[in-house]
Amino acid sequence: MTQFPATVAEPGQDKTLVLNMGPQHPSTHGVLRLVLEIDGETIVRIRPDIGYLHTGIEKTCEAKFYQQVVPLTDRIDYLCPMTNNLTYCLAVEKLLGIEIPPKGQWMRVLMNELTRINSHLVWLGTHAMDLGAMTVFLYCFREREDILRLFEMVSGQRMMTSYFRIGGLALEPPIGFFDKVKKFADRFPGNVDEYEGLLTGNPIFLMRTKGVGLLSAEDAIALGAGGPTLRGSGVDIDLRRDDPYTGYENFKFKVPLGKDGDVFARYVCRVQELRESIGIVQQALAGMPEGPTKADAPKVVLPDREKMKTQMEALIYHFKIITEGFTVPAGEVYQAVESPRGEMGYYIVSDGTAKPYRVHMRGPSFANLQSLAKMCEGHLIADVVAVIGSIDVVLGDIDR
Amino acid sequence: MALAPAITDIEQLKSHPALARLLGWNATAVPAAKFDRDELTIWVEKSFIREACAILRDDPACPFNYLCDLTCVDWYPSEPRFEVVYHLLSIPTKERVRLKARVDGSSPAIESVTSVWPAANHYEREVFDLFGVRFTGHPNLQRIMMPDNWEGHPLRKDYPVEGYR
Repeated sequence: MTQFPATVAEPGQDKTLVLNMGPQHPSTHGVLRLVLEIDGETIVRIRPDIGYLHTGIEKTCEAKFYQQVVPLTDRIDYLCPMTNNLTYCLAVEKLLGIEIPPKGQWMRVLMNELTRINSHLVWLGTHAMDLGAMTVFLYCFREREDILRLFEMVSGQRMMTSYFRIGGLALEPPIGFFDKVKKFADRFPGNVDEYEGLLTGNPIFLMRTKGVGLLSAEDAIALGAGGPTLRGSGVDIDLRRDDPYTGYENFKFKVPLGKDGDVFARYVCRVQELRESIGIVQQALAGMPEGPTKADAPKVVLPDREKMKTQMEALIYHFKIITEGFTVPAGEVYQAVESPRGEMGYYIVSDGTAKPYRVHMRGPSFANLQSLAKMCEGHLIADVVAVIGSIDVVLGDIDR
Repeated sequence: MALAPAITDIEQLKSHPALARLLGWNATAVPAAKFDRDELTIWVEKSFIREACAILRDDPACPFNYLCDLTCVDWYPSEPRFEVVYHLLSIPTKERVRLKARVDGSSPAIESVTSVWPAANHYEREVFDLFGVRFTGHPNLQRIMMPDNWEGHPLRKDYPVEGYR
Protein backbone atom coordinates (compact mmCIF):
# COMPACT_ATOMS: atom_id res chain seq x y z
CA MET A 1 0.00 0.00 0.00
CA THR A 2 1.20 3.48 -0.82
CA GLN A 3 1.42 5.70 2.23
CA PHE A 4 -0.22 9.03 1.44
CA PRO A 5 0.82 12.22 3.20
CA ALA A 6 -1.66 13.17 5.89
CA THR A 7 -2.95 16.21 4.01
CA VAL A 8 -4.12 14.18 1.03
CA ALA A 9 -7.84 13.56 0.81
CA GLU A 10 -9.34 10.11 0.42
CA PRO A 11 -10.34 9.28 -3.16
CA GLY A 12 -13.95 10.01 -4.03
CA GLN A 13 -14.33 12.95 -1.64
CA ASP A 14 -15.16 16.38 -2.93
CA LYS A 15 -11.70 17.71 -2.17
CA THR A 16 -10.13 16.07 -5.18
CA LEU A 17 -10.10 17.11 -8.81
CA VAL A 18 -10.31 14.74 -11.77
CA LEU A 19 -7.88 15.59 -14.54
CA ASN A 20 -7.67 13.99 -17.95
CA MET A 21 -4.21 13.33 -19.32
CA GLY A 22 -4.31 12.18 -22.91
CA PRO A 23 -5.20 10.53 -25.22
CA GLN A 24 -3.58 13.41 -27.15
CA HIS A 25 -1.06 14.41 -24.51
CA PRO A 26 2.42 14.32 -26.10
CA SER A 27 4.17 12.62 -23.20
CA THR A 28 1.79 9.65 -23.10
CA HIS A 29 3.68 8.21 -26.10
CA GLY A 30 0.65 7.51 -28.24
CA VAL A 31 -2.98 7.33 -27.29
CA LEU A 32 -2.80 6.43 -23.62
CA ARG A 33 -5.43 8.20 -21.55
CA LEU A 34 -4.84 8.59 -17.85
CA VAL A 35 -7.58 9.70 -15.50
CA LEU A 36 -5.84 11.40 -12.62
CA GLU A 37 -7.57 12.19 -9.37
CA ILE A 38 -5.50 14.91 -7.78
CA ASP A 39 -5.37 16.85 -4.56
CA GLY A 40 -3.40 19.96 -5.43
CA GLU A 41 -0.32 18.66 -7.21
CA THR A 42 -0.46 15.23 -5.56
CA ILE A 43 -1.98 12.20 -7.24
CA VAL A 44 -4.54 10.36 -5.15
CA ARG A 45 -5.55 7.84 -7.78
CA ILE A 46 -4.52 7.11 -11.32
CA ARG A 47 -6.49 4.97 -13.73
CA PRO A 48 -5.26 4.15 -17.25
CA ASP A 49 -7.93 4.02 -19.94
CA ILE A 50 -6.83 2.05 -22.97
CA GLY A 51 -8.31 0.63 -26.15
CA TYR A 52 -8.03 3.67 -28.44
CA LEU A 53 -5.75 1.72 -30.77
CA HIS A 54 -7.59 -1.61 -30.55
CA THR A 55 -7.76 -3.05 -34.06
CA GLY A 56 -8.70 -6.64 -33.25
CA ILE A 57 -5.49 -8.16 -34.56
CA GLU A 58 -6.12 -11.39 -32.62
CA LYS A 59 -9.46 -11.81 -34.39
CA THR A 60 -7.97 -10.95 -37.79
CA CYS A 61 -5.28 -13.61 -37.32
CA GLU A 62 -7.96 -16.30 -37.09
CA ALA A 63 -9.10 -15.44 -40.63
CA LYS A 64 -5.63 -15.53 -42.22
CA PHE A 65 -3.24 -18.27 -43.29
CA TYR A 66 -0.27 -18.79 -40.99
CA GLN A 67 2.14 -17.00 -43.31
CA GLN A 68 -0.27 -14.07 -43.78
CA VAL A 69 -0.14 -13.27 -40.07
CA VAL A 70 3.55 -12.22 -40.19
CA PRO A 71 2.89 -8.66 -41.50
CA LEU A 72 0.20 -8.19 -38.84
CA THR A 73 2.70 -8.89 -36.07
CA ASP A 74 4.87 -5.93 -37.14
CA ARG A 75 2.08 -3.58 -36.30
CA ILE A 76 1.64 -4.68 -32.71
CA ASP A 77 4.77 -3.34 -31.10
CA TYR A 78 5.79 -1.04 -33.91
CA LEU A 79 9.08 -0.01 -32.30
CA CYS A 80 10.45 -3.54 -32.38
CA PRO A 81 8.85 -5.16 -35.45
CA MET A 82 11.50 -7.86 -35.79
CA THR A 83 11.02 -9.05 -32.22
CA ASN A 84 7.34 -9.59 -33.00
CA ASN A 85 8.21 -11.39 -36.23
CA LEU A 86 10.67 -13.54 -34.32
CA THR A 87 8.25 -14.52 -31.58
CA TYR A 88 5.51 -15.44 -34.02
CA CYS A 89 7.83 -17.38 -36.35
CA LEU A 90 9.43 -19.28 -33.48
CA ALA A 91 6.00 -20.23 -32.15
CA VAL A 92 4.79 -21.55 -35.52
CA GLU A 93 8.10 -23.33 -36.10
CA LYS A 94 7.70 -24.99 -32.71
CA LEU A 95 4.19 -26.09 -33.70
CA LEU A 96 5.50 -27.47 -36.98
CA GLY A 97 8.61 -29.01 -35.43
CA ILE A 98 11.10 -27.35 -37.80
CA GLU A 99 14.36 -25.60 -36.99
CA ILE A 100 16.14 -23.16 -39.26
CA PRO A 101 19.84 -23.42 -40.24
CA PRO A 102 22.57 -21.70 -38.18
CA LYS A 103 23.05 -18.74 -40.52
CA GLY A 104 19.33 -17.97 -40.35
CA GLN A 105 19.45 -18.13 -36.57
CA TRP A 106 22.49 -15.87 -36.30
CA MET A 107 20.94 -13.38 -38.68
CA ARG A 108 17.86 -13.38 -36.48
CA VAL A 109 19.98 -12.65 -33.42
CA LEU A 110 21.84 -9.86 -35.27
CA MET A 111 18.65 -8.20 -36.52
CA ASN A 112 16.87 -8.68 -33.21
CA GLU A 113 19.64 -6.89 -31.32
CA LEU A 114 19.66 -4.02 -33.84
CA THR A 115 15.91 -3.82 -33.24
CA ARG A 116 16.50 -3.63 -29.50
CA ILE A 117 18.96 -0.75 -30.01
CA ASN A 118 16.48 0.96 -32.32
CA SER A 119 13.71 0.66 -29.75
CA HIS A 120 15.90 1.80 -26.85
CA LEU A 121 17.04 4.83 -28.87
CA VAL A 122 13.45 5.96 -29.37
CA TRP A 123 12.84 5.40 -25.67
CA LEU A 124 15.95 7.34 -24.62
CA GLY A 125 15.22 10.26 -26.93
CA THR A 126 11.57 10.65 -25.97
CA HIS A 127 12.16 9.98 -22.28
CA ALA A 128 14.85 12.66 -22.13
CA MET A 129 12.69 15.07 -24.11
CA ASP A 130 9.78 14.53 -21.70
CA LEU A 131 12.12 15.62 -18.95
CA GLY A 132 13.28 18.69 -20.86
CA ALA A 133 16.51 17.50 -22.49
CA MET A 134 15.90 18.20 -26.16
CA THR A 135 19.38 17.50 -27.50
CA VAL A 136 19.42 13.80 -26.64
CA PHE A 137 16.41 13.25 -28.87
CA LEU A 138 18.25 14.60 -31.90
CA TYR A 139 21.36 12.53 -31.13
CA CYS A 140 19.33 9.32 -30.68
CA PHE A 141 17.38 9.75 -33.88
CA ARG A 142 20.63 10.34 -35.76
CA GLU A 143 21.78 6.81 -34.84
CA ARG A 144 18.29 5.36 -35.27
CA GLU A 145 18.33 6.59 -38.84
CA ASP A 146 21.42 4.46 -39.49
CA ILE A 147 19.66 1.38 -38.12
CA LEU A 148 16.55 2.06 -40.19
CA ARG A 149 18.76 2.28 -43.27
CA LEU A 150 20.18 -1.13 -42.39
CA PHE A 151 16.63 -2.48 -42.06
CA GLU A 152 15.75 -1.03 -45.42
CA MET A 153 18.80 -2.67 -46.92
CA VAL A 154 17.83 -6.19 -45.84
CA SER A 155 14.05 -6.06 -46.04
CA GLY A 156 13.13 -3.09 -48.24
CA GLN A 157 11.23 -1.49 -45.36
CA ARG A 158 12.28 0.91 -42.64
CA MET A 159 9.73 0.02 -39.98
CA MET A 160 7.24 -2.71 -40.91
CA THR A 161 9.96 -5.09 -41.97
CA SER A 162 8.31 -8.55 -41.94
CA TYR A 163 11.83 -9.82 -42.47
CA PHE A 164 11.57 -13.05 -40.49
CA ARG A 165 9.32 -15.63 -42.10
CA ILE A 166 8.13 -19.02 -40.94
CA GLY A 167 11.07 -21.32 -41.65
CA GLY A 168 13.72 -18.67 -42.25
CA LEU A 169 14.23 -15.16 -43.57
CA ALA A 170 12.49 -13.30 -46.36
CA LEU A 171 15.71 -12.56 -48.25
CA GLU A 172 19.43 -13.23 -48.04
CA PRO A 173 21.31 -10.23 -46.65
CA PRO A 174 22.62 -8.17 -49.60
CA ILE A 175 26.30 -7.76 -50.53
CA GLY A 176 27.99 -5.16 -48.36
CA PHE A 177 25.42 -5.41 -45.57
CA PHE A 178 27.78 -6.85 -42.97
CA ASP A 179 30.39 -4.15 -43.67
CA LYS A 180 27.81 -1.47 -43.00
CA VAL A 181 26.69 -3.15 -39.77
CA LYS A 182 30.33 -3.45 -38.72
CA LYS A 183 30.92 0.24 -39.35
CA PHE A 184 27.88 1.11 -37.27
CA ALA A 185 28.79 -1.30 -34.46
CA ASP A 186 32.32 0.13 -34.21
CA ARG A 187 31.04 3.67 -33.95
CA PHE A 188 28.05 3.14 -31.68
CA PRO A 189 29.72 2.71 -28.24
CA GLY A 190 31.13 6.24 -28.71
CA ASN A 191 27.60 7.48 -29.34
CA VAL A 192 26.37 5.87 -26.12
CA ASP A 193 29.14 7.75 -24.30
CA GLU A 194 27.74 10.94 -25.83
CA TYR A 195 24.22 10.24 -24.52
CA GLU A 196 25.58 9.36 -21.11
CA GLY A 197 27.67 12.50 -21.09
CA LEU A 198 24.50 14.52 -21.59
CA LEU A 199 22.33 12.70 -19.05
CA THR A 200 23.98 10.40 -16.50
CA GLY A 201 25.69 13.12 -14.50
CA ASN A 202 23.26 15.89 -15.37
CA PRO A 203 21.92 17.36 -12.06
CA ILE A 204 18.54 18.31 -13.59
CA PHE A 205 18.04 14.82 -15.00
CA LEU A 206 19.10 13.24 -11.70
CA MET A 207 16.64 15.37 -9.74
CA ARG A 208 13.81 14.33 -12.01
CA THR A 209 14.65 10.61 -11.94
CA LYS A 210 16.36 9.61 -8.67
CA GLY A 211 13.94 8.32 -6.07
CA VAL A 212 10.98 8.85 -8.42
CA GLY A 213 8.58 6.07 -9.40
CA LEU A 214 9.78 3.56 -6.84
CA LEU A 215 8.80 -0.07 -7.44
CA SER A 216 9.96 -2.82 -5.11
CA ALA A 217 10.98 -6.22 -6.45
CA GLU A 218 7.98 -7.94 -4.80
CA ASP A 219 5.53 -5.46 -6.30
CA ALA A 220 7.16 -5.70 -9.72
CA ILE A 221 6.78 -9.49 -9.74
CA ALA A 222 3.24 -9.44 -8.36
CA LEU A 223 2.14 -6.85 -10.93
CA GLY A 224 3.71 -8.81 -13.77
CA ALA A 225 6.16 -6.11 -14.86
CA GLY A 226 8.89 -7.23 -17.24
CA GLY A 227 12.16 -6.34 -18.89
CA PRO A 228 14.07 -3.30 -17.62
CA THR A 229 11.10 -2.37 -15.38
CA LEU A 230 11.60 -5.67 -13.54
CA ARG A 231 15.40 -5.69 -13.72
CA GLY A 232 15.57 -2.09 -12.53
CA SER A 233 14.08 -3.39 -9.29
CA GLY A 234 16.84 -5.97 -9.02
CA VAL A 235 15.06 -9.11 -10.26
CA ASP A 236 17.60 -11.15 -12.23
CA ILE A 237 15.76 -12.48 -15.27
CA ASP A 238 16.49 -12.30 -18.97
CA LEU A 239 14.92 -14.88 -21.28
CA ARG A 240 17.81 -14.62 -23.73
CA ARG A 241 20.05 -16.13 -21.05
CA ASP A 242 17.58 -18.17 -18.97
CA ASP A 243 15.51 -19.76 -21.72
CA PRO A 244 17.63 -19.32 -24.87
CA TYR A 245 15.97 -19.35 -28.27
CA THR A 246 17.23 -18.97 -31.85
CA GLY A 247 20.87 -19.55 -30.86
CA TYR A 248 21.29 -17.03 -28.01
CA GLU A 249 23.15 -19.73 -26.05
CA ASN A 250 26.17 -19.07 -28.33
CA PHE A 251 26.52 -15.46 -27.22
CA LYS A 252 28.14 -13.93 -24.17
CA PHE A 253 26.53 -10.93 -22.57
CA LYS A 254 25.79 -9.49 -19.16
CA VAL A 255 22.34 -8.81 -17.78
CA PRO A 256 22.39 -5.32 -16.24
CA LEU A 257 20.50 -5.03 -12.97
CA GLY A 258 19.38 -2.02 -10.97
CA LYS A 259 19.03 -1.83 -7.21
CA ASP A 260 16.80 1.08 -6.35
CA GLY A 261 13.79 0.36 -8.58
CA ASP A 262 13.39 4.05 -9.48
CA VAL A 263 13.27 5.80 -12.85
CA PHE A 264 17.03 6.31 -12.80
CA ALA A 265 17.70 2.59 -12.18
CA ARG A 266 15.60 1.70 -15.22
CA TYR A 267 17.46 4.33 -17.24
CA VAL A 268 20.82 2.82 -16.25
CA CYS A 269 19.61 -0.70 -17.11
CA ARG A 270 18.52 0.30 -20.59
CA VAL A 271 21.67 2.27 -21.35
CA GLN A 272 23.78 -0.71 -20.25
CA GLU A 273 21.63 -2.93 -22.48
CA LEU A 274 22.53 -0.71 -25.43
CA ARG A 275 26.19 -1.57 -24.81
CA GLU A 276 25.49 -5.28 -24.31
CA SER A 277 23.39 -5.41 -27.48
CA ILE A 278 26.10 -3.87 -29.61
CA GLY A 279 28.47 -6.48 -28.11
CA ILE A 280 26.12 -9.25 -29.29
CA VAL A 281 26.00 -7.64 -32.74
CA GLN A 282 29.82 -7.68 -32.85
CA GLN A 283 29.88 -11.37 -31.84
CA ALA A 284 27.26 -12.22 -34.47
CA LEU A 285 29.30 -10.45 -37.15
CA ALA A 286 32.53 -12.20 -36.12
CA GLY A 287 31.05 -15.68 -36.02
CA MET A 288 28.42 -15.53 -38.74
CA PRO A 289 28.21 -19.10 -40.14
CA GLU A 290 27.97 -19.89 -43.85
CA GLY A 291 25.13 -21.74 -45.48
CA PRO A 292 21.44 -21.34 -46.19
CA THR A 293 19.11 -19.07 -44.20
CA LYS A 294 15.93 -21.07 -44.82
CA ALA A 295 14.85 -24.43 -43.45
CA ASP A 296 14.60 -27.38 -45.83
CA ALA A 297 10.81 -27.62 -45.65
CA PRO A 298 9.40 -27.13 -49.17
CA LYS A 299 5.78 -27.31 -48.00
CA VAL A 300 6.27 -24.37 -45.63
CA VAL A 301 9.03 -22.16 -47.06
CA LEU A 302 8.48 -20.40 -50.37
CA PRO A 303 10.94 -21.60 -53.06
CA ASP A 304 13.59 -19.36 -54.61
CA ARG A 305 12.40 -17.27 -57.52
CA GLU A 306 15.04 -18.77 -59.80
CA LYS A 307 13.98 -22.35 -59.03
CA MET A 308 10.39 -21.54 -59.89
CA LYS A 309 11.44 -20.71 -63.43
CA THR A 310 13.16 -24.04 -64.01
CA GLN A 311 11.61 -26.60 -61.65
CA MET A 312 8.04 -27.87 -61.87
CA GLU A 313 7.94 -28.91 -58.19
CA ALA A 314 9.03 -25.52 -56.93
CA LEU A 315 6.26 -23.89 -58.95
CA ILE A 316 3.67 -26.31 -57.55
CA TYR A 317 4.78 -25.73 -53.94
CA HIS A 318 4.71 -21.98 -54.47
CA PHE A 319 1.18 -22.16 -55.87
CA LYS A 320 0.00 -24.41 -53.04
CA ILE A 321 1.48 -22.26 -50.25
CA ILE A 322 0.05 -19.05 -51.69
CA THR A 323 -3.45 -20.38 -52.45
CA GLU A 324 -4.04 -22.94 -49.70
CA GLY A 325 -1.43 -22.17 -47.06
CA PHE A 326 0.08 -25.08 -45.19
CA THR A 327 -1.47 -27.21 -42.48
CA VAL A 328 0.00 -27.16 -39.00
CA PRO A 329 -0.35 -30.20 -36.68
CA ALA A 330 -2.94 -29.67 -33.96
CA GLY A 331 -1.59 -28.49 -30.63
CA GLU A 332 -0.65 -25.35 -28.77
CA VAL A 333 2.53 -23.50 -27.88
CA TYR A 334 3.52 -20.49 -25.84
CA GLN A 335 6.72 -18.92 -27.09
CA ALA A 336 8.31 -16.20 -24.96
CA VAL A 337 11.01 -13.85 -26.17
CA GLU A 338 12.85 -11.04 -24.38
CA SER A 339 11.65 -7.93 -26.19
CA PRO A 340 13.10 -4.47 -25.39
CA ARG A 341 10.20 -3.97 -22.97
CA GLY A 342 10.01 -7.39 -21.33
CA GLU A 343 8.56 -10.79 -21.99
CA MET A 344 6.76 -10.91 -25.30
CA GLY A 345 4.78 -14.13 -25.59
CA TYR A 346 2.74 -15.61 -28.41
CA TYR A 347 0.21 -18.29 -27.54
CA ILE A 348 -0.95 -20.11 -30.66
CA VAL A 349 -3.56 -22.85 -30.80
CA SER A 350 -3.74 -24.95 -33.95
CA ASP A 351 -6.65 -27.20 -34.87
CA GLY A 352 -4.76 -28.88 -37.71
CA THR A 353 -5.90 -26.53 -40.50
CA ALA A 354 -4.05 -23.85 -42.48
CA LYS A 355 -5.37 -21.00 -40.32
CA PRO A 356 -4.55 -20.51 -36.64
CA TYR A 357 -7.46 -21.34 -34.34
CA ARG A 358 -6.38 -18.73 -31.81
CA VAL A 359 -3.44 -16.35 -31.60
CA HIS A 360 -2.90 -14.44 -28.38
CA MET A 361 -0.13 -11.90 -27.90
CA ARG A 362 1.17 -11.25 -24.43
CA GLY A 363 2.35 -7.70 -24.80
CA PRO A 364 5.02 -6.53 -22.37
CA SER A 365 3.65 -2.97 -22.27
CA PHE A 366 0.20 -4.25 -21.29
CA ALA A 367 1.75 -5.88 -18.24
CA ASN A 368 4.05 -2.96 -17.41
CA LEU A 369 1.19 -0.47 -17.52
CA GLN A 370 -0.40 -2.14 -14.48
CA SER A 371 2.52 -1.06 -12.32
CA LEU A 372 1.94 2.61 -13.21
CA ALA A 373 -0.55 3.22 -10.39
CA LYS A 374 1.80 1.72 -7.81
CA MET A 375 4.62 4.02 -8.95
CA CYS A 376 2.63 7.27 -9.23
CA GLU A 377 0.06 7.37 -6.45
CA GLY A 378 1.09 9.76 -3.70
CA HIS A 379 3.55 11.58 -5.94
CA LEU A 380 3.42 14.72 -8.09
CA ILE A 381 1.85 15.13 -11.52
CA ALA A 382 5.22 15.99 -13.04
CA ASP A 383 6.53 12.59 -11.93
CA VAL A 384 3.88 10.79 -13.99
CA VAL A 385 5.63 11.98 -17.13
CA ALA A 386 8.95 10.60 -15.90
CA VAL A 387 7.36 7.28 -14.89
CA ILE A 388 5.53 6.75 -18.19
CA GLY A 389 8.79 7.35 -20.00
CA SER A 390 10.63 4.92 -17.75
CA ILE A 391 8.27 1.98 -18.37
CA ASP A 392 8.51 2.67 -22.11
CA VAL A 393 4.91 2.02 -23.14
CA VAL A 394 4.00 1.30 -26.75
CA LEU A 395 0.28 1.62 -27.25
CA GLY A 396 0.15 -0.64 -30.27
CA ASP A 397 1.40 -3.37 -28.00
CA ILE A 398 -1.16 -2.62 -25.29
CA ASP A 399 -4.28 -2.33 -27.43
CA ARG A 400 -3.44 -4.77 -30.24
CA MET B 1 13.32 -32.35 -35.96
CA ALA B 2 10.23 -34.55 -35.86
CA LEU B 3 7.50 -33.95 -33.33
CA ALA B 4 7.47 -36.35 -30.37
CA PRO B 5 4.02 -37.68 -29.49
CA ALA B 6 2.29 -35.94 -26.60
CA ILE B 7 2.38 -37.62 -23.20
CA THR B 8 -1.01 -37.58 -21.49
CA ASP B 9 -0.41 -40.13 -18.73
CA ILE B 10 -0.36 -38.31 -15.38
CA GLU B 11 1.79 -41.06 -13.80
CA GLN B 12 4.65 -40.39 -16.24
CA LEU B 13 4.56 -36.63 -15.67
CA LYS B 14 4.59 -36.68 -11.88
CA SER B 15 8.21 -35.56 -11.69
CA HIS B 16 7.36 -32.01 -12.81
CA PRO B 17 7.29 -29.80 -9.69
CA ALA B 18 3.99 -28.10 -10.52
CA LEU B 19 2.10 -31.32 -11.14
CA ALA B 20 3.63 -33.05 -8.12
CA ARG B 21 2.63 -30.13 -5.93
CA LEU B 22 -0.97 -30.06 -7.19
CA LEU B 23 -1.41 -33.85 -6.91
CA GLY B 24 0.01 -33.79 -3.39
CA TRP B 25 -2.52 -31.09 -2.49
CA ASN B 26 -5.71 -32.43 -4.08
CA ALA B 27 -5.65 -35.12 -6.76
CA THR B 28 -9.36 -34.68 -7.55
CA ALA B 29 -8.75 -31.10 -8.69
CA VAL B 30 -6.49 -32.27 -11.52
CA PRO B 31 -8.49 -34.21 -14.12
CA ALA B 32 -5.82 -34.32 -16.84
CA ALA B 33 -2.33 -33.26 -17.87
CA LYS B 34 -0.41 -33.18 -21.13
CA PHE B 35 3.24 -32.80 -22.08
CA ASP B 36 3.55 -31.69 -25.68
CA ARG B 37 6.30 -29.78 -27.54
CA ASP B 38 8.28 -29.39 -24.30
CA GLU B 39 5.40 -27.65 -22.56
CA LEU B 40 3.36 -28.97 -19.66
CA THR B 41 -0.38 -28.31 -19.54
CA ILE B 42 -2.40 -29.10 -16.43
CA TRP B 43 -6.19 -29.01 -16.45
CA VAL B 44 -7.65 -27.81 -13.17
CA GLU B 45 -11.29 -28.08 -12.09
CA LYS B 46 -12.69 -24.57 -12.32
CA SER B 47 -14.00 -24.51 -8.74
CA PHE B 48 -10.43 -25.06 -7.46
CA ILE B 49 -8.62 -22.62 -9.76
CA ARG B 50 -7.88 -19.85 -7.28
CA GLU B 51 -6.68 -22.26 -4.59
CA ALA B 52 -4.57 -24.17 -7.11
CA CYS B 53 -2.91 -20.92 -8.21
CA ALA B 54 -2.25 -19.91 -4.61
CA ILE B 55 -0.75 -23.36 -3.86
CA LEU B 56 1.59 -23.07 -6.86
CA ARG B 57 2.60 -19.51 -6.02
CA ASP B 58 3.50 -20.44 -2.44
CA ASP B 59 5.43 -23.62 -3.29
CA PRO B 60 8.70 -23.20 -1.32
CA ALA B 61 10.84 -25.28 -3.70
CA CYS B 62 9.55 -23.91 -7.00
CA PRO B 63 7.34 -20.84 -6.48
CA PHE B 64 5.34 -19.95 -9.60
CA ASN B 65 5.32 -16.34 -8.52
CA TYR B 66 4.94 -14.68 -11.94
CA LEU B 67 1.75 -14.69 -13.99
CA CYS B 68 2.95 -14.35 -17.58
CA ASP B 69 -0.32 -14.45 -19.34
CA LEU B 70 -4.00 -15.13 -18.88
CA THR B 71 -6.25 -15.69 -21.85
CA CYS B 72 -9.13 -17.77 -23.15
CA VAL B 73 -9.93 -20.08 -26.04
CA ASP B 74 -13.45 -20.51 -27.42
CA TRP B 75 -14.24 -24.08 -28.59
CA TYR B 76 -17.70 -23.21 -29.94
CA PRO B 77 -19.92 -25.20 -30.59
CA SER B 78 -18.57 -27.94 -28.31
CA GLU B 79 -19.18 -27.91 -24.55
CA PRO B 80 -17.69 -26.93 -22.14
CA ARG B 81 -17.21 -24.05 -24.48
CA PHE B 82 -14.42 -21.95 -22.98
CA GLU B 83 -10.97 -22.78 -21.74
CA VAL B 84 -9.34 -20.13 -19.57
CA VAL B 85 -5.56 -20.46 -19.94
CA TYR B 86 -2.97 -19.36 -17.37
CA HIS B 87 0.75 -19.24 -18.16
CA LEU B 88 2.92 -19.24 -15.07
CA LEU B 89 6.64 -18.74 -14.64
CA SER B 90 8.79 -19.46 -11.62
CA ILE B 91 11.37 -16.68 -11.50
CA PRO B 92 13.86 -18.51 -9.19
CA THR B 93 13.87 -21.80 -11.14
CA LYS B 94 12.71 -20.56 -14.58
CA GLU B 95 10.15 -23.40 -14.82
CA ARG B 96 7.02 -22.78 -16.86
CA VAL B 97 3.60 -24.35 -16.64
CA ARG B 98 0.25 -23.82 -18.30
CA LEU B 99 -2.98 -24.22 -16.33
CA LYS B 100 -6.33 -24.63 -18.01
CA ALA B 101 -9.83 -24.49 -16.62
CA ARG B 102 -12.90 -25.46 -18.63
CA VAL B 103 -15.90 -23.16 -18.36
CA ASP B 104 -19.30 -23.95 -19.84
CA GLY B 105 -20.94 -21.59 -22.31
CA SER B 106 -24.41 -21.02 -20.84
CA SER B 107 -23.36 -18.60 -18.12
CA PRO B 108 -19.57 -18.53 -18.19
CA ALA B 109 -17.99 -17.57 -14.89
CA ILE B 110 -14.85 -18.50 -12.97
CA GLU B 111 -13.22 -17.28 -9.81
CA SER B 112 -10.80 -14.39 -10.23
CA VAL B 113 -7.11 -14.85 -9.40
CA THR B 114 -6.47 -11.14 -8.76
CA SER B 115 -6.06 -11.95 -5.07
CA VAL B 116 -3.18 -14.30 -5.96
CA TRP B 117 -1.47 -12.10 -8.56
CA PRO B 118 -2.59 -8.45 -8.86
CA ALA B 119 -1.24 -8.74 -12.43
CA ALA B 120 -4.35 -10.72 -13.40
CA ASN B 121 -6.48 -7.56 -13.16
CA HIS B 122 -6.10 -6.28 -16.74
CA TYR B 123 -5.93 -9.75 -18.27
CA GLU B 124 -9.22 -10.82 -16.70
CA ARG B 125 -10.84 -7.60 -17.85
CA GLU B 126 -9.60 -8.33 -21.36
CA VAL B 127 -11.02 -11.87 -21.32
CA PHE B 128 -14.31 -10.54 -19.93
CA ASP B 129 -14.44 -7.89 -22.65
CA LEU B 130 -13.55 -10.07 -25.62
CA PHE B 131 -15.02 -13.46 -24.56
CA GLY B 132 -17.71 -12.60 -22.04
CA VAL B 133 -16.35 -14.84 -19.30
CA ARG B 134 -17.12 -13.30 -15.90
CA PHE B 135 -14.55 -13.43 -13.10
CA THR B 136 -16.18 -13.54 -9.69
CA GLY B 137 -14.38 -11.51 -7.06
CA HIS B 138 -12.68 -9.21 -9.57
CA PRO B 139 -12.37 -5.66 -8.15
CA ASN B 140 -13.27 -3.80 -11.35
CA LEU B 141 -14.75 -6.05 -14.03
CA GLN B 142 -15.38 -3.62 -16.89
CA ARG B 143 -14.66 -3.62 -20.58
CA ILE B 144 -11.07 -2.63 -21.31
CA MET B 145 -10.57 -2.64 -25.10
CA MET B 146 -14.05 -2.08 -26.52
CA PRO B 147 -16.32 0.89 -25.73
CA ASP B 148 -18.57 0.39 -22.70
CA ASN B 149 -21.74 0.27 -24.80
CA TRP B 150 -20.43 -2.35 -27.23
CA GLU B 151 -22.68 -5.31 -27.94
CA GLY B 152 -21.24 -8.80 -28.04
CA HIS B 153 -17.81 -10.23 -27.35
CA PRO B 154 -15.61 -10.00 -30.46
CA LEU B 155 -13.25 -12.94 -29.92
CA ARG B 156 -16.06 -15.47 -29.60
CA LYS B 157 -16.12 -17.81 -32.55
CA ASP B 158 -19.78 -17.04 -33.34
CA TYR B 159 -18.94 -13.32 -33.67
CA PRO B 160 -18.29 -12.55 -37.36
CA VAL B 161 -14.83 -11.29 -38.34
CA GLU B 162 -16.40 -8.26 -40.05
CA GLY B 163 -18.55 -7.53 -36.99
CA TYR B 164 -22.35 -7.23 -36.96
CA ARG B 165 -23.58 -4.94 -39.73
